[in-house]
Amino acid sequence: MVSLKQLDLTDLSVRQVNEYLHGELLEERPAGVEILNPDGLHSIAAGLDTKVNVDILGHAGYFIAGMNQQARVTIHGNVGWSVAENMMSGVVRVKGHASECAGASGHGGLLVIEGDASSRCGISLKGTEIVVGGSVGHFSAFMAQAGTLVVCGDAGPNLGDSLYEATIYVRGSIHSFGADAQEEEMQADDFEKVTDLLSRAEMNYDAREFKRVSSARSLYHWNADAHQEY
Amino acid sequence: MSSDKSIQREESASFNEHSLSYIRQAAEYGLYEIRGMGAKRRVPSFDDLIFLSASASRYPLEGYREKCESKTVLGTRYAKQPIELEIPITIAGMSFGSLSANVKEALGQAATQMGTSTTTGDGGMTPEERESSKTLVYQCLPSRYGFNPHDLRKADAIEMVLGQGAKPGGGGMLLGQKVSPRVAQMRTLPEGIDQRSACRHPDWTGPDDLKIKIEELREITDWKIPVYVKMGATRVREDVKLAVKAGADVVVIDGMQGGTAATQQVFIEHTGIPTLAALPLAVEALSDMNVLGEVQLIISGGIRTGADVAKALALGADAVSIGQGVLIALGCNHHAYQQADGEEVDVTADYAKLGTAPGYCHHCHTGQCPVGITTQDPALEPRLIPEIGAKRLKNYLQVLNMELTTLARACGKSNVHHLEKEDLAALTVEAAAMAKVPLAGTSWIPGSGSV
Repeated sequence: MVSLKQLDLTDLSVRQVNEYLHGELLEERPAGVEILNPDGLHSIAAGLDTKVNVDILGHAGYFIAGMNQQARVTIHGNVGWSVAENMMSGVVRVKGHASECAGASGHGGLLVIEGDASSRCGISLKGTEIVVGGSVGHFSAFMAQAGTLVVCGDAGPNLGDSLYEATIYVRGSIHSFGADAQEEEMQADDFEKVTDLLSRAEMNYDAREFKRVSSARSLYHWNADAHQEY
Repeated sequence: MSSDKSIQREESASFNEHSLSYIRQAAEYGLYEIRGMGAKRRVPSFDDLIFLSASASRYPLEGYREKCESKTVLGTRYAKQPIELEIPITIAGMSFGSLSANVKEALGQAATQMGTSTTTGDGGMTPEERESSKTLVYQCLPSRYGFNPHDLRKADAIEMVLGQGAKPGGGGMLLGQKVSPRVAQMRTLPEGIDQRSACRHPDWTGPDDLKIKIEELREITDWKIPVYVKMGATRVREDVKLAVKAGADVVVIDGMQGGTAATQQVFIEHTGIPTLAALPLAVEALSDMNVLGEVQLIISGGIRTGADVAKALALGADAVSIGQGVLIALGCNHHAYQQADGEEVDVTADYAKLGTAPGYCHHCHTGQCPVGITTQDPALEPRLIPEIGAKRLKNYLQVLNMELTTLARACGKSNVHHLEKEDLAALTVEAAAMAKVPLAGTSWIPGSGSV
């Protein structure tokens, strides 16, 4: 068994790195994989489906760890659009900031962004749990169906627009709610859930500081009088 | 004032019975019409073209003795495993949710029997359709309902859907009455609520992002399977070029006659351009980029007959895709459904309950399909038996391919892909201008300057 595998993107292409992660890795079973010099490249560690720790040492581009299953991927830097897009399981952690659409349409697993996330974080969310250490941009959790978004900082305009059954918790200020989103009183299971997520995300906040946002469910059936709310 | 009754009854061209009915309905209910099927209005179509089959200047092939190849290969640009089909006729994406599981299974069975592909839809891949389909194209749609890497890896190709011909620029609405527990579970949404499908993808917003998105999908599938990009026909020339730049192996263009399960009437009748007009624009775009033959082109939207298929191929398509025609072959709009023993059960009364009649039904959105096709109702779904549906659809596809090869032979072609624009003439000036083929009896192509 290899103790630690290092793959350097100055010598290898993203294709070669992913080929290793999808193939040889399963035979070699290293204790972990370090990917060096990502330099903003896209789709690194996309499509992983095995229990392995992957560390990307630097800033990376779009679709990092896309559709992740089982793996624990840590990006030691910032990421571009759509990190952990459509994730199924496992953990993806961004030590820096994330650009737009972080965790888009994810079904499961945990996405942690230690810095800020830009707009549409958790868009079309389908079950993934997202914890953002900083703030999120506008239209975050737009049309989110299931799962949880925890924002330790502030939320931008139109938070939770057209939400379905996903839940949002915000510690800081909320610029504005989107269509059909509303603030609701925190219940015992909300405190429990936020405490658990903060603990797993290694964020040191008190769940009592958070507000709960969810859908008013007034748009669940077509209503002509809702006009531009749709 | 005239006492002539016929003058008093003269209908206004602007405010005719159709317009009056529309205004009254809008005034009464405050709602626009949502319906299924495709455009009802007459637009220039493949019917307006004819073949200049062989006589002296061209040499025909013997219809019942000489072979005409119809094998079709799609996705040769980047994929390690291109799609190989026996016929250039594929089954278009239609969702589970809109259609029943029995229908999805029938589509897979028929496609497999005819050596062609079928396609998933908004709602994900059902085990029934994967099992029954030898070649299955997996759609990646804006809603991402049911989309996951498990099924992605089981697919034979990916189709990135940017829009469809019946509603380019619009999303979808699966009304709550069709959202059964199984549909709800697949879409990660509560049972019985109206489900809106987004009009744009959640994780990219423009062609530069699309290129990166396609690369991600290729990375996940190790560059094995082709990636199609499907669009409703609007600004075809520009859109095709961007799809090619984004890395599409195959471009799918869906004209305005394309069907849908449920959308606003205003979309169906007033957006997009006819299939006939879209196809030459797409071919020109591929030609401009020197990728004709490298990036394959599928055209869809109102394809019904083998003649339509042949004309589409002659105009430059590599294959066609059929949705509405396939449903009609299964029994859509028929007065009866067929039981396992072959007995037909008349359902005219069920159509009447919907306020319609066989041949005129567009009530796919209600989930009350009298012949068990566009439904999730446990009482209606069994009306379509997969094996019976598959047999009917196989027959239909077989006829289309026989008609296609018949026309190709008559034009002197031993391969359907050898059909060419020079084999066609147009019956109307409009069709000649759109298809860019000469008006019959002349060498005039409107807009070309040549006479």
